[in-house]
Amino acid sequence: MPFDWDFAKSILPRLAEASIITVQATVCAFAVAAVLGLMLAIGRRSQYREIRFPIIGFVEVIRSTPLLIQLYFLFFVLPHVGVTLPPFTSGVIGLGLHYSTYTSEVYRAGIESVPKGQWEAALALNYSRYHMFRRVILPQAIPPVIPALGNYLISMFKDTPLLAAITVMELMHTANVIASERFLYVEPMTLVGLIFLGVSVISVFFLRYLERRLAR
Amino acid sequence: MNSIVRFCNVTKTFGKLVVLDSVNLDIAEGEKVAVIGASGSGKSTLLRTLMTLETVNGGEIEVEGEPLWHMRRNDKVVSADEAHLRRMRTKIGMVFQQFNLFPHMTALRNVYDPVMTVLGIGKEKAIERAVELLTMVGLEDKLNAFPAQLSGGQQQRVAIARALAMRPRIMLFDEITSALDPELVGEVLNVIRKLAHEHDLTMIIVTHEMRFAREIADRVVFLDGGRIAEQGEPSQLFENPLNERTRVFLRSVLEAR
Repeated sequence: MPFDWDFAKSILPRLAEASIITVQATVCAFAVAAVLGLMLAIGRRSQYREIRFPIIGFVEVIRSTPLLIQLYFLFFVLPHVGVTLPPFTSGVIGLGLHYSTYTSEVYRAGIESVPKGQWEAALALNYSRYHMFRRVILPQAIPPVIPALGNYLISMFKDTPLLAAITVMELMHTANVIASERFLYVEPMTLVGLIFLGVSVISVFFLRYLERRLAR
Repeated sequence: MNSIVRFCNVTKTFGKLVVLDSVNLDIAEGEKVAVIGASGSGKSTLLRTLMTLETVNGGEIEVEGEPLWHMRRNDKVVSADEAHLRRMRTKIGMVFQQFNLFPHMTALRNVYDPVMTVLGIGKEKAIERAVELLTMVGLEDKLNAFPAQLSGGQQQRVAIARALAMRPRIMLFDEITSALDPELVGEVLNVIRKLAHEHDLTMIIVTHEMRFAREIADRVVFLDGGRIAEQGEPSQLFENPLNERTRVFLRSVLEAR
């Protein structure tokens, strides 16, 4: 299999540019998943079933359907009911919503690992529910689950090629466009694979470092 | 008698198990009451229902003449809501067997954070109050230590300072020396002794330290099977228990020593 180094070099700038979109989409979607997931985890513990039940339903529906279908819904179906979102926004929302259901489980595990005595002390000191979470529970619940959240960050990064399906010009989509221009697949796909590998490996090392620091 | 806390027919069950069985108990303002009894007799549950950590299944607790678990709304008596419970809780403080200090905060922060966050007092004033109380419990040199760096006795003293910083009218002590190594019990009891001199602070002390209960309490309540089997002045209850169950209990704990 011939590998055309000159061709590879020539398409590298375009792929580098597209990888910025990929990273941006990952970071934005992770922010959505991190914040929404926390809200879902806390909402699930609400004393009001009017809050609890819809959240449980939402989490189950999102987790039981493929991300690709959710993306199609956001981008191709929503315009029919009058909601038209740009591709990047749809992608960030889709990816973020999807992963928020996973991160909410991670947060839930963290919250449940805080000993009962901590809740009782906070209650006896008359903390409001908001401050109880903010001051007492979350500072203990979140640090231990940061590595698990990081793993989802990497998973999200690896799921960004799905955004190609809704025309986001991320890495995979760009590689596909380049490939189909000259029907040369070897170089663009190899480079895409290497870029994903590189970023993932760096992220994993960073995560391990974070894990070691938090373990102290 | 001006009672600050009244348990009126308080009943608490866990499933089929009756933990408190129609308990009636009046506690006067400033009174120091020791609650003794075998494990499982309902001592801790009694405190926990007053701290609103456990609901009651029957009866009512009155704090300063006001019902704890019920309130009036549009001339009807309804179950207490969170706002009512929060208002009532400001009168009550509690110290736990397991200390329950917040591990991510220093000793100082443990004491001033609730003052600042819950009472809305400015940070400087809150810190001032915290330093004062930590000095009172003899920990002025441990302000910046984290709970994990403190001994059990020191942790428990921080917990006492933390509860006091909220300026409750009623302090509940739930077996606060039971988790401590024997040599650390004294330092914690000394703090409680000091507190007992404060005339307007009402204290309810659940304890296994009979000598301490006798020394500090105005009244000793003996719980047996979720009921108050006997109560009275310490000298009477310890020297001349009227109830056979009290006699058996006291003999068993005194022999164990």
